[in-house]
This record gives sequence, C-alpha cells and structure tokens, in this order.
Amino acid sequence: MAKNPEHRDLFAGALELMILHSLRVKPMHGYALVKHIQLVSDDLLHIEEGSLYPALQRLLRAGLLESKEGTSAKGRPTRIYRLTREGIKHLEHEKFGFETMFDGITRVLAVSKA
Amino acid sequence: MEWVRRLFSRRRRYQDLSISIQEHLEEKADELMEQGMSREEAMQAARRAFGNVGLIEERSREEWIWPELEGLRADLKYALRQLWKHPAFSLTAILTLTLGIGANVVVFSVLNALIVRPLNVSDPQRLYNVEHKQHGWYTQSYPDYLDYRDRNRTFDGMAAYDTFSAALATRQTVTKNFGYLASGNYFDILGVQPLLGRFFHANDEHGTDPAPYIVLSYDFWRARFNGDPNVVGSTVSLNKQPLMVIGVAQKEFHGTELFFWPDFWTPVTNGPLIGFSHHYVDNRSTHNLFVLGKLNPGVTPQQASDDLSSICRQLAQEYPMADYGLDARLVKPGLMGDLWGDSTRDFLAAVMALALLVLLAACTNLGSMFAARATDRSRELAIRLAIGSSRWVILRGVLAEAILISLAGGAAGTLLASALLRVLSRWQPFVELPFHVIVLPDAKVYIVALLLAVGSGIFFGMLPARQIRRSDAAQLIKSSVGTEMLFRRLALREVLLFAQVALCTLLVTASLVALRGMERSLHAPLGFQPQGVMLAGTDLTMAGYKEEQFLPVQKRMLQETARIPGVSAVGIIDRTILGEGCCGSESVFPAGTTDFRKELFDSRNFSISPEYLKASGMRLLSGRNFTWHDDADSPPVALVNVTFARMMFGNTPAVGQHFLLYRGQLPKEVVGLVEDGKYQSLTEDPQPAMFFPLTQEINDDYTVLVVRSALPPTELAAMLDRTLSNIDRNLPLTLHSWRDALDLAFFPARAATAALGIMGLLGAMLAITGTFGVATYSVSKRMKEFGIRLALGAARVELVRTALGRPLILLLSGSIAGLILGMLASRLLAQIVYEATPRDPWVLAGTILTMTLLGLLATWLPARQSLSIDPARLLREE
Repeated sequence: MAKNPEHRDLFAGALELMILHSLRVKPMHGYALVKHIQLVSDDLLHIEEGSLYPALQRLLRAGLLESKEGTSAKGRPTRIYRLTREGIKHLEHEKFGFETMFDGITRVLAVSKA
Repeated sequence: MEWVRRLFSRRRRYQDLSISIQEHLEEKADELMEQGMSREEAMQAARRAFGNVGLIEERSREEWIWPELEGLRADLKYALRQLWKHPAFSLTAILTLTLGIGANVVVFSVLNALIVRPLNVSDPQRLYNVEHKQHGWYTQSYPDYLDYRDRNRTFDGMAAYDTFSAALATRQTVTKNFGYLASGNYFDILGVQPLLGRFFHANDEHGTDPAPYIVLSYDFWRARFNGDPNVVGSTVSLNKQPLMVIGVAQKEFHGTELFFWPDFWTPVTNGPLIGFSHHYVDNRSTHNLFVLGKLNPGVTPQQASDDLSSICRQLAQEYPMADYGLDARLVKPGLMGDLWGDSTRDFLAAVMALALLVLLAACTNLGSMFAARATDRSRELAIRLAIGSSRWVILRGVLAEAILISLAGGAAGTLLASALLRVLSRWQPFVELPFHVIVLPDAKVYIVALLLAVGSGIFFGMLPARQIRRSDAAQLIKSSVGTEMLFRRLALREVLLFAQVALCTLLVTASLVALRGMERSLHAPLGFQPQGVMLAGTDLTMAGYKEEQFLPVQKRMLQETARIPGVSAVGIIDRTILGEGCCGSESVFPAGTTDFRKELFDSRNFSISPEYLKASGMRLLSGRNFTWHDDADSPPVALVNVTFARMMFGNTPAVGQHFLLYRGQLPKEVVGLVEDGKYQSLTEDPQPAMFFPLTQEINDDYTVLVVRSALPPTELAAMLDRTLSNIDRNLPLTLHSWRDALDLAFFPARAATAALGIMGLLGAMLAITGTFGVATYSVSKRMKEFGIRLALGAARVELVRTALGRPLILLLSGSIAGLILGMLASRLLAQIVYEATPRDPWVLAGTILTMTLLGLLATWLPARQSLSIDPARLLREE
C-alpha cells in the first residue's frame, strides 16, 4: 500500500484515542469515522483502513465499544459503532494521560529550542 | 467463561466486520463516482486505497483470537523446545508414565470388557439374571421359572438357559461340544437375528415336550460345516438324538455368558431327550437354569425384585416343600450370575486399585523430577519474573511441559497396552472349555486413558507450583537456592520420594504376597495326591447308556485298566475334584428328622468305587473303606470327611453314626472318616464332604477313572485310550494328568500372581528410578561443597554419607510405611490370593531384602560419583 509521506505514523494508542473520542461525539459507521477524523483534523491526519478495522475489533473485544446494525447515509446496511460506559471511562483516563504527555513533550521541546 | 461466549458469538462478529468493510468500500466508491469515475474504476480505486481487503479482514479477526491461541501455541512451542533440549529428562518422564498408564489401560480394558461393557444385544441395560436371595445359589428350577415368567408384572420377558456339553455327531465325526439349553423365547428377548434360517421361538415349545431343533453358532458353523449355507434343514445328532439344524447365529452373537461361548443352542425342553433326568423340566426342586429377565421400560430393578419377592411368597405357600424360603434378587448377567461375577469383580477391583497405585507412584516420581527441574531453573525463572513475567505465565509453561509429557506417555502406554490386550484376547486358558475373553480396548478405554494422562499431567505438573508461586525473584537471583522447604527441613521432592517409596513397597509387598500364595497353593493339602495320577473322563450318557447299564461298564473299565502293566491302582469317582464343573452338593439332616424343610447344612457329595482311596491317595483316618459288598441290597453306607463329622456329630466319633439325605430313604451309616480336602476351589474354607459307593448312589452321569501309575503320562494315556476304546468305541474320552485338570482351580492364583507380580515389578522399577533421581540430584547439587571439603581434608566415606544419608533414610522410612500399608491392605489381598498375609515372615523378609537391594542399586552410581570427585578439577571448573 502506497503511503503518503506527509502522513506520519501515529504513536501507540493515538488511533484508539481518536476513535473513542470521535465516537463519543456521535456513534458512526466505519467510513464515516475515517471521514470525520480527516475532516476534523483538517486533513492533517489520515487514518489507514488497514489499522482502523483491527483497532475497532480490539476496542470491541475490550468492551469499550459496541456495534449494532444500522444503515449508512446512502441507505446501505452497515454496523454503527458506539461507546460503552467503560469506553467513556477509559477515554477520560487515556485523555488525561495524553494531555500530561503532550504537556511534557511540549515543555521539553521548548527548552531544546531555546 | 467470557471466552466461551466469545467463541459462540464469533460467527456474528465476523459477519458484522465483513458488512462494515463492504459498506466502507461502497461509500468510498460512491464518492469517487461523484467525482466522475465510472463505477468500475471507482470500485477499483476504493479497493486500492483500502489495501488488501482479505488481509485486513483477517488481521481484524485475529484481534479476537490471538491472545488465547497464540499464548497456548507459544507455551507449547516453548515446552516442546525445553523437552527437546533435555532428552534424558523427557524420555525418563515419558517412560515412567508409559508404564503407569499402560498398566492402567490394560487393567481397565479387562474391567471394561468383563464388568462395565454390557452384553452385545439390544437394550442390554434392561437385562438381569434372577438368582436366589441366598448368595451362592444361582440357578432356578424349570417350574419356578415358568411361574416367574407368567406371574410377574415388571418384566418384558423372561428366558431360561443352561450351559452344558454334549457329544455332537455329524455324518462321520463325533466331538464333545458346548451349548446352551435355552427357552423358546431366548433369542426374541435378546432381540438377535439369525444369519441363516431361523431361531426357535416361544411357539416352538409345547409344554415340556422336546422340540428337536438346533441352532449353530457362526464359528462352529464355519469350523464344522465349512460355512455351508445348505446346513439349514440337515440333521445332526446330540448325545445320539437327531436334531434338525434350523438356523445359524450372527458372527457377533456368543450367547449371554462372557466366558462360555456356545457351539449351538437347543430348546431347554430337550434336556430329558438328550440324557438329563426328566426332573430337569418337571421337578420344582431341581435347579439347573439361569433365568434372564428383561425389565419393562421404566421399571427399576428394585420394583422388579419386589415384584418377584411377592411371587416367591405365593410359591412358598403353594409348594411348601420345594419352595420353602424362596426369594429372588437381580444380578448383572454375563458372568454365570454371581458364580464368577463376585470373584471377578473383587479381583479386578483389587487389581485396578493396585494399577492406580502404580500410576500414583509414577506421578510422584514425575512430581519430584519436575520439582528438581524447577529448582534448577530457578535462576531462569527469577530473571523472567524480574523482567515482568507473571507467575501464572511461568506456571502455565510448566503445566504445558507436564501435559505434553503426559500425553506422550499416555499415547505410548495405550499403544503398549493395546498390543498386550491383543495377545490377551487370543489367549485361551482352558483347552477344554469354550472360554474366550475379548478385552480389546474400545472408545471408553481410550477416553479413560486420555483422562488419566491429562489428570496425571496436571497432578504432577502442579506439584512444584507452590515452589514457583512462592518464589521471590530478588532472593533467587542472589542465592540461587530455590528449594522449597515443606516441613521445616524437608524439601518437597524428599516428601515425594518418601510417598513414592511407600507406594512402591506396598506394590512389592502385594506381589510377594501373591507369589507366596501361589507357592502355598501349589503345596496346599488337597486331600489327595495328584502326582502320578492320570484321569480318564467319559460320559456314559453321551455314549448312549441308560443309568442301570452304568455299573457293569464301570466294573469292566476298572478290571481292564488294572491289568495294564505299571498301573498300581485304579478307582472311579463321578466328578474330577477341583476340575471343571466340580462339584454338586446335597442337603443333609440328622438321623430321625421328619421335617425336611430346613437342612442342617449342605455337603459336597461324590460317588466312588472302593479302590478310589488307594488310587487318589485320600487317607482314611478311622473306620473302614467301602467294599464291593456294599451294594444296592446292603444297608446304605457313607464315608465322611473331618469337617462333615464335626458339623454333624460334634465331638462324638462319627464312625457308626447315621444321617439322612433329603430324599427320605434309609439313614446312611458312617463307616469311615477321611481327611479334609479342597473340592471346588483352592481358596475355599473347609467344606463338609461325603462319599457314597457307586453301587448305592448315582449322583452324576460322569465317570472319571483315577489311574495311579509310575508310567510316563503319554505312554499311559495311549494305553488307557486303547484299553477303553476296546470296551466301547463310542466312549467320548478326555485324558489328562490330574495336575493338568487342576488348571481351572489354579487359574485364579495364577492370574493373581501374574497381575500382582507385574504391578510389583513396575513398583520396584519406579522405586529405583525415583531414588536414583533424588540421590543423583543431591550429589550433583553439592559437588562444589564436596570439592571444598575434600580439599580441606574430609574423608571420602564421610562425603558419601552426607550425600546419600538423606535418600537412604527416606528409602528406609518409606519402606517401613509401605510395609505397614501392606499389612493394612491384607484384607484386600486376601480376596484374590490364597491365604494372603503380609505378616508371613517370608514376605516380610522378601520385601525388606528387595527394598534394600533396590536402595543399593539406586544409590550405587551417585555414591561412586561422589567418591570419584577430584577437588582440584571441580573447583577449577565450578
């Protein structure tokens, strides 16, 4: 699969975090999720389908998501993913972790620049 | 049980996934089409952008399975690599289990074939033999059978049968064959179908009239008639009576007795026709038939026996003489009711218990090997713990190793056992009896083998678990001493060695007890001297004689045989004592009895010629022997044995006293007292026995010539054959030495000796490997210490003592514990071995000697190893 060199690999846990957060805003099906993240990140982040679906299964398996039958915008049958209560808890926990980390990274980068 | 749910929701999950991905592609394609692509181009582009759909789907699916499956696979792979890297350890462990599991599979297969597996007919679990409430009384009279059959409300049907042998003649040849006399409904109740022709049915029976039919077994039909399909409709003769062959049974049908495979079946009402007394079918007091009932669906055995008991009460009222005290109980069919059932069950249960002990010993052996390995690997385990592995993961690895070993051992053991069982199934222990046992393993056996293997794997794999669970990484890395102390100063493997030695001593004791029992039963006082005696058995009924013609023929046989040069004595008895089918018994009453409903006791009864005592070597203790003048016209006389005399007359001398038989004839006068003997089995308690002159009592239509001679058996047999054929060419003769005739009597002792001997041998081997393992290990662990001590001037003998002191102490204390267990188990052993007692000084001495030898053998090598330490080299290398 050809990769767009502009898109860097995400670090561990980032994809899951974004999926969880996006689905918390609104339950979505797979394609809508890809579009949503692309749109919200102003095309800076591009999610590879190759990792999206395994990640969704991982989250389902961990009980953070649940899926139910639904239809896409065009009326085709698909599966809609939504957060469970555990998913919400997990998201909050992870978000806090990420924010602390970003904070730390930003400070370190600021020092090295100076 | 989350994973179980997941396992079952798997299909739905995967379907959801496919739908999602499909929709994803479609939507992407739609978008591209809006930008002006054709549908085909758009779909291709969407797929390209998505990547390898199949692969992604698969990777997504793997999210659900990999942790369990991969984990298991990794554990097994690692375990396999570990075992491969330590071949000596693995092979020893597998071999140990092979023996343990192999022994259990063999014993269980026999148990399964004889006790667990039902008869090979339809609805076998509803079949029961109807026996008397009194244990040891298996057969019913024909009139009682008819009443049971017609009056019960709980049985679907009830058949009667008897096993017997008869002379079967076809055109040219006459042979002795074995068959069933069976009631007309026999085949229909069992639900079996013939291969050729037809079976006889209830409507072939007309009262007690004979029905001149015969059905052949498949094997007999193949052997005797070369599988000729035209045999149906032909005539054969049974004890000279013509019978029409109406059918041939299927190959798999061998009647309803596991040990007695018949050559043919003929209606039970033919009994009198082929030479049995007419009492066989019309006398309520003549008990010859096994009754086999099939319960109605849904009826419990308890309800059925209550039903039968109420019939018994009616019968006892209607026939106060014949059916006094009659009561019935149900037993599982197949082993001649309880005649063989009880002893077979006891024997097999005891041997199964021993086999399980062997397995337990093997498991403790493996447990200590695993514990030692865990100690050796403590540094590796410590490192794994330190870098974050969970104890459970490590334990899972050890368990995976244990289970791999147990599966390999189980498979090898089962293979070995199957080979042994194939040999056993072909074995025919008694040439003269249709005795076959098919003990080949079936699905049940394989399942048990698998369960035993996995069970033992988990058992011995978990033994060192405590050691792993308790281990502290930091401590381990520092000191590398990972032995867990159980009771202050005892390592787990030492406790295991103790247990194992105790178990093995128990097994060795059991096998020595069996050997001793065998040796004793070979030299037990039998009440006669079988050495140098040839038996010539014949059946005058089979040869077509009537009862009143017996005596002249028998006298001629005696006279002609006595003339053979080299024959020192010849007598006649009507049964081979301790031989096949021995013996009958009869109720006896004190002189003057008028109410014959309750006998004083039952006594073995034999008819003999006066010369029998000299020929057999049975000693006369007081009084006189019979003479030929004791005949039908003189007062009835009897010889009784010591037990009879004590039970009938107490302390008063028996000679000159009188007693009565049921038949209410003239009282019998005791003219002589003879020694006690064994009559039916070697393990029986002293039995009362009485002997009558041939001229006054005919008990049985069998005639056994007892010939004492110094001639070689083969020569004597040839001469006897010639002499007796000269008297009547048609006499069916069986000739063998009395020793050979005792085969049946010695069979239980031989089987027990073989079984217990093998168990003992296995036990001994396990004791050696176990002690050897611990001793070697204890030496190798302390090599460095020994090197230093030697360098400092310690004596080598001192070192040997330190190295082997503990294993030897364990061996000794384990042996003592095992001996005590053996004493406690003596009751178990007594069930299967003649006069079994581990208190026998020979057994005690033998066990101690064996265990000492084992100890020396097992510690010899480690002792040499510690003696040959070269301190300089050792210290350099370590």
